[in-house]
Amino acid sequence: MFDTRTGRKLVEVRNLKMHFPIYAGLLRRRVGEVKAVDDVSFDIYEGETLGLVGESGCGKSTCGRAVLRLYDITSGSIWINGDEIGEADFHSLRRLRPTMQMVFQDPQASLNPRMTVARIISEPLDEHTRLSRAEKNERVFDLMDAVGLNRDFANRYPHEFSGGQRQRIGIARALALNPKFIVCDEPIAALDVSIQAQVVNLLEELQAKLGLTYLFISHDLSMVRHIADRVAVMYLGKVVELAPRDALYATPKHPYTEALLSAVPEPDPTIETRKKHILLKGDVPSPANPPEGCNFCTRCPKVMDICRKVEPPTFEVAPGHQVACHLYSETTHETAGETAAAEAHKSIQQGE
Amino acid sequence: MPDGGVPVLDVKDLKTVFRTRSGEIHAVNSVSFDLRPGELLGVVGESGSGKSVTMMSLIGLLPSPPAEVRGGTVMFDGEDLLKVREERLRALRGARIGFVFQDPMTSLNPVFTVGYQIMEPLRKHMGLDKQAARNRARELLELVGIPDAARRLGDYPHQFSGGMRQRVMIAIALACDPEVLIADEPTTALDVTIQAQILELMKELREKLGMAVIWITHDLGVIAGIADRVMVMYGGQVVEQAPVRELFGNPQHPYTRALLKTVPSVSGARAEKLAVIEGQPPILSSAPAACPFRARCPQAFDRCERENPARVPVGPGHDAACFWDPATGGPRDV
Repeated sequence: MFDTRTGRKLVEVRNLKMHFPIYAGLLRRRVGEVKAVDDVSFDIYEGETLGLVGESGCGKSTCGRAVLRLYDITSGSIWINGDEIGEADFHSLRRLRPTMQMVFQDPQASLNPRMTVARIISEPLDEHTRLSRAEKNERVFDLMDAVGLNRDFANRYPHEFSGGQRQRIGIARALALNPKFIVCDEPIAALDVSIQAQVVNLLEELQAKLGLTYLFISHDLSMVRHIADRVAVMYLGKVVELAPRDALYATPKHPYTEALLSAVPEPDPTIETRKKHILLKGDVPSPANPPEGCNFCTRCPKVMDICRKVEPPTFEVAPGHQVACHLYSETTHETAGETAAAEAHKSIQQGE
Repeated sequence: MPDGGVPVLDVKDLKTVFRTRSGEIHAVNSVSFDLRPGELLGVVGESGSGKSVTMMSLIGLLPSPPAEVRGGTVMFDGEDLLKVREERLRALRGARIGFVFQDPMTSLNPVFTVGYQIMEPLRKHMGLDKQAARNRARELLELVGIPDAARRLGDYPHQFSGGMRQRVMIAIALACDPEVLIADEPTTALDVTIQAQILELMKELREKLGMAVIWITHDLGVIAGIADRVMVMYGGQVVEQAPVRELFGNPQHPYTRALLKTVPSVSGARAEKLAVIEGQPPILSSAPAACPFRARCPQAFDRCERENPARVPVGPGHDAACFWDPATGGPRDV
């Protein structure tokens, strides 16, 4: 597994906020804002995959887009490969684009239906390089080989391909400029189960071969467990827990992570009938009007008085395992705090 | 789990074809199954496997043209649903056979209140007057766990969240106490925590009301937790059918076996590399003369190219459409 102690930080996100204004009324006055991403910080080490999970509307896609500066962010800083891009202007941003690319969820909507596969894949080359036509063609063929597309199909249009193949086209386009960092925004959500595995394996092969760094955004917790080295869980615009993969799935600390993991149905009837699901009451509150205190306090099965008043800070309960929850407020930042946290946790469970 | 008894629904040799400009698509090929009273039959398959088209064909919900039901019988309470007149079907749909579809936003009418949409089948099929229908509608919303039911009857679909809308859809489907409920990917559009709520609700409702359910999904995890019996579809055909524990514990068809391996889990051992089913699902442009899975099957041999395997019994209540026998690792004796 990936070792964060020796790695170099490729991406550093600090206090990232992305708020969208809401305008209403006759004069279209600004009446509020949707806090899609609200004070999010994380690092991604070179060569690792950071999984970003959460339910729809939690801000995970907005976060992925904001990290690539596809939005003008509200505040915060983003360092990618040593460059600050949070404040960067259009021209310097454009110069930095080749290092950071994106694979989108819907391969149908993200490929121009009137361009052939060869033109789609070579478009980034047209924009950012000065290769000759022959060199470009050679590069396109290489990329098609790399993602497992037949070279003979270079002059076909996207509609002639299946969903899985279209996603391969999108991946080839993202790879065209030899990026270091790729944001994969739900790259397999639109695909059938048997095709999902093909695309995930391809992403893993490419990572090993090209040394890529991924931010893998998904709502599929079992697939993220497969692909990610570390996992961040988002709820209502905030990262509530961030931990190495095995720690997160084996010992989730935040009550939301616990509930989320227990809600995933297991493809095994024996486990599934025995398993105790933690059922959350109600729905996710609106990010335009989040509750006071902790964002999860309206649905949390372990809610305390303090949760309704004070927003929880982030505690480090084990090395690299961060959780934003008042249950862990007793713990210190040292690793010795781990056992205390577990005990506090246990006593609260028993207290129910 | 109920077993035996006269099936409430008995489907034999159902064939459905779509006529398109570029020829025919054989979406459903000789599908046979039955549904026993009170049981939950899970139907699993990928997109294009024919699972939804099968269920839509049974109750005449496919637009014709382009769809054409070419053959078979669908026996429900002594009647063949493929032969009865449209008016009769309309009287059955919603009254004795209920439906829940995947997307609760597009299957509710946005310009009518939720109350109106629940009361509609009650007044049409059960002949209730307005006051009685309103009372029953309120009870139904309470049954599916919508708080403040009386007031929410006057709300429009957009005022409900996704999970709440799916609860409304279930309330409408249950309005006339159907004997059969067909649920087509009812939780696919929902988040996992909301899906868990709906699955729990469904389990409670089955205990209370005892109807038979057909639950269509592509999610093996959902099926594992809720179904009594599972039918696996591939390329417009049923390739395997078994009680749920038998299917997950002792899968026989190479497709089912591969499918169970490709799905990662949130607990248990984590595979270094995901198992893959190579290739693409078939294009069903002609009636199948060979096994639809042969091109992707690791076990395929010459016979699979020549013949389309029929479903043969492979265990108690368990059948599979395959010439290969995983127990011996060789061809099956059929």
